Amino acid sequence: MTLPTTPSQTVGPFFSFGLCDRPSADIVPPGTAGSVGVAGRVFDGAGDPVPDAMVELWQADSEGRYRGDFGWGRCGTDDGGRYAFTTVKPGRVDGQAPHLVVLVFARGLLRPVLTRMYFPDEAEANAGDATLQSVRADERATLVARARDDGLEFDVNLQGDRQTVFFAL
Amino acid sequence: MTEPIEESGQPPYLWPDYVSTRLRAPLKPLVIVPETLSEVTGPAFGDGDVGELDHDLTRRHGGEPLGERIIVSGQVTDVNGRPVRSALIEIWQANAAGRYVHDGDRHPAPLDPNFTGAGRCLTDDDGRYRFVTVKPGAYPWKNHENAWRPAHIHLSLFGRAFTNRLVTQMYFPGDPLFEQDPIFQSVRDPKARERLVSSFDLGSTVPEWALGYRFDVVLGGPAATPLEA
Repeated sequence: MTLPTTPSQTVGPFFSFGLCDRPSADIVPPGTAGSVGVAGRVFDGAGDPVPDAMVELWQADSEGRYRGDFGWGRCGTDDGGRYAFTTVKPGRVDGQAPHLVVLVFARGLLRPVLTRMYFPDEAEANAGDATLQSVRADERATLVARARDDGLEFDVNLQGDRQTVFFAL
Repeated sequence: MTEPIEESGQPPYLWPDYVSTRLRAPLKPLVIVPETLSEVTGPAFGDGDVGELDHDLTRRHGGEPLGERIIVSGQVTDVNGRPVRSALIEIWQANAAGRYVHDGDRHPAPLDPNFTGAGRCLTDDDGRYRFVTVKPGAYPWKNHENAWRPAHIHLSLFGRAFTNRLVTQMYFPGDPLFEQDPIFQSVRDPKARERLVSSFDLGSTVPEWALGYRFDVVLGGPAATPLEA
């Protein structure tokens, strides 16, 4: 017999003073060789930015190893719904394409949403990634970041026609 | 994973009585994927992650905060009842007057210069944790006419895997605001709602000093624990 899990509740609007100072959004210090900026915005079903969301990342290191002491980051969104991380591209783990695991919390989310960010310059690896390929072809693009001059852009649409693909926890 | 989430005791994404879910709840079905290392691993925490007084929200400033001093303690286990050790627990809450230290909180109740309302600790080898704080006040919000949140403490927990981390709220027994609170009521199973309510605990009450409340947490989690030390 197993115990029932404790129910989830929303993070609410006023979490930033409790959650957002540690860890930081810099998984590696800015300026680190090989570092990449990952930024984007969180939008609601009306296309409006979500200014009180918290984005958390979990990733392997550049060698493709999950380590307890590396790879967790957290960033609250600003008034424009924007978050920004500095990190490194993770290596491949067990044949998976490089990816970041992304959790988004917000007022109005009674449970967090779980998604993944894949890299736009890894077309071949992405084509062989079992998780990405299990997503409907016309929705895969919601999981691939866009390349910008200053880094990668990954928006999260919580609802609507362009809703980001979310995974069952 | 095919069990409807509501029957598992978890709230749905869309719960229209909680107005903020209407435009934020994802409405497309979640995609079920096989577990990979990405889903079963997570950050590990150690003593360096918490300070000596991080668990005591009443000793962060020059004086003691106003309000009813309480002790919140409990045990974190997995679904098999095994203690989850070195789990990071972060809490945040309103002060005794029902006001958060947050620019967005416009409730006309006083801030307390001796209370911020954020703390953290790690569970011990038995999965146990303990915070010292003050009992938060109820506060109004604009979800519906004359809406008030029952007193609660927010908790964020990391278990063995990043994807099984939990953010929840701990309530206090017998709160008369439960019936009209759509966040509490979003958990449809009454027995599951009970798991959000702490119990008064004479055993952790410190004579002449503070009442104790107990709040145990059960984290979901993968069967495999590849990074467990």
